[in-house]
Amino acid sequence: MEYITLIGILIIVVGFALKLDVLAVVIVSGIVTGLVSGMNIVEVLEILGESFVSNRLMSIFLIIFPVIAIIERYGLKERAAYLIGKIKNASAGKVLCIYSVVRSAASALNVRIGGHVQFVRPLILPMSEAAAQKAKGEELTEKEDEEIKGLAAAVENYGNFFAQNVFPASSGVVLIQGTLVGLGFKDMTLSMISSSAIYIALISVALTFVQVLWFDIKMKKGGNK
Amino acid sequence: MTEFLGVYLPEFFYVLCGLVSFDAAIRATKNEKAKIGTSLFWCILGIIFMFGKLIPSVVTGGLLVIMGCLTATKQVKMGKFVESTAEARQAASEKVGSKIFIPAVSIGIMALILSFIKYSSNAFYFSFRNFTFPLFSFGGTGDKIVALDGAVMTGTACLVALILAIVICKPRVSETRSDTSRLLMQVGASCLLPQLLGALGEVFKVAGVGEVISKIISSVVPSGNIVIGVIVYVLGMVIFTMIMGNAFAAFTVITIGIGYPFVIAQGGNPAVIGALGMTAGYCGTLMTPMAANFNIVPCAVLETKDQKWAVIKAQLPMALIMIVIHIILMLVLGF
Repeated sequence: MEYITLIGILIIVVGFALKLDVLAVVIVSGIVTGLVSGMNIVEVLEILGESFVSNRLMSIFLIIFPVIAIIERYGLKERAAYLIGKIKNASAGKVLCIYSVVRSAASALNVRIGGHVQFVRPLILPMSEAAAQKAKGEELTEKEDEEIKGLAAAVENYGNFFAQNVFPASSGVVLIQGTLVGLGFKDMTLSMISSSAIYIALISVALTFVQVLWFDIKMKKGGNK
Repeated sequence: MTEFLGVYLPEFFYVLCGLVSFDAAIRATKNEKAKIGTSLFWCILGIIFMFGKLIPSVVTGGLLVIMGCLTATKQVKMGKFVESTAEARQAASEKVGSKIFIPAVSIGIMALILSFIKYSSNAFYFSFRNFTFPLFSFGGTGDKIVALDGAVMTGTACLVALILAIVICKPRVSETRSDTSRLLMQVGASCLLPQLLGALGEVFKVAGVGEVISKIISSVVPSGNIVIGVIVYVLGMVIFTMIMGNAFAAFTVITIGIGYPFVIAQGGNPAVIGALGMTAGYCGTLMTPMAANFNIVPCAVLETKDQKWAVIKAQLPMALIMIVIHIILMLVLGF
């Protein structure tokens, strides 16, 4: 019965659906999956521990917190709001359009500009909020603010994901090439793959524009109360 | 040289991450509720950050289980903090002016500069695309030229930004420590979710979850119909990425199990199918809480009211439209 190895997925789905404690659910899922597929508890803990340590780069954002702590206390958001206030016709959608282009270009050139902690929280979100507030002429409702936060985080992800494979030596392209070579396409090159990735990068920027400018229109109509 | 930049320097930045976590552990002893649990939680995380490479993996695994027990029994809580007032921030903002942007922007500029720097065992190079020239060398023969470690890039950029922030704002140490701990406690347990889900993906991989799934799918799909093959490959990438939280983990399994026999072997262009298969997986990444670093941590960092689904909700329409576009593009460009 090899289907039993899928029990970990079931645990995750049920645990997330019932809003149980996320850390505990993930750990239980890992241990159960390991045990039913024939590992012993020591082996499972070893895999978990080793992989957790080798993935520490994912949590490197902890060392950015002191910088954000300082610049927020010394009026970063207030200054962003002041500067945006001086620009005519500013809107959240336009700010996010600009970020979408910058983020996608950086991603396509493999330049590490971006990140929810590094860029969106200190720069992009306060500018978008200030611009939206100015366009509206009054305080944002909680729901509007929530939607701007979601969009700002989303634009960061879109630019990051869909443009990254335009760079020929990106890890995604290298993995695609490795897999295809393994399947017998011996003369597959990195640039053949990365040039096929350009369409999706352009389409995603266009769709991002549609989504964020649509938000501007909704705000203008005031139908988002 | 290579060892210093590739092994020791990244560890130095992880030690700094550990210090941030330890500081939260000290701050947690002033918590009103769940003092011991909260303090222990951040303390363990600090230890794993600092000494991860030295502790035996099985012990780290055990520490993770302890952390899971702490959060499951609600022993990890946010402390009470004195936040700065709006008036104080407004006054500071008028005093500091636009210089406040320098630290934030310098993170990006440093990252840009460092992404052009490469090194070998005896020299540093400036490198852009296929163009590389040595900046300075220490003599001797160099070997393979490699890019800087991600932790070194981010860490260096942040240290520079921190120094600039201190020079420009002249903050009080106690304020900064308290604000930093508040930021970390706000993100809370979800800050280790990305790493933990990465570890879960590894267990899934070793247990052979991917093979089982691609076997199930390929046993129900009729071979020979290109449209059905493309749809199943794209959806397979999306769904398996949602389960694993990572398109890379899904790509090899699903491409070998489904993409090759049902799409590429039917006459598809492998470069186009492969490139689109990968980004089809990213559509799945946009929709799954398993990709915690992209979808859950941002909720905490941006302080959304809905701490789990706010980002995924915003991304859902884009992801669904992009899935359809992937299917169409694969049929139009791939054949």
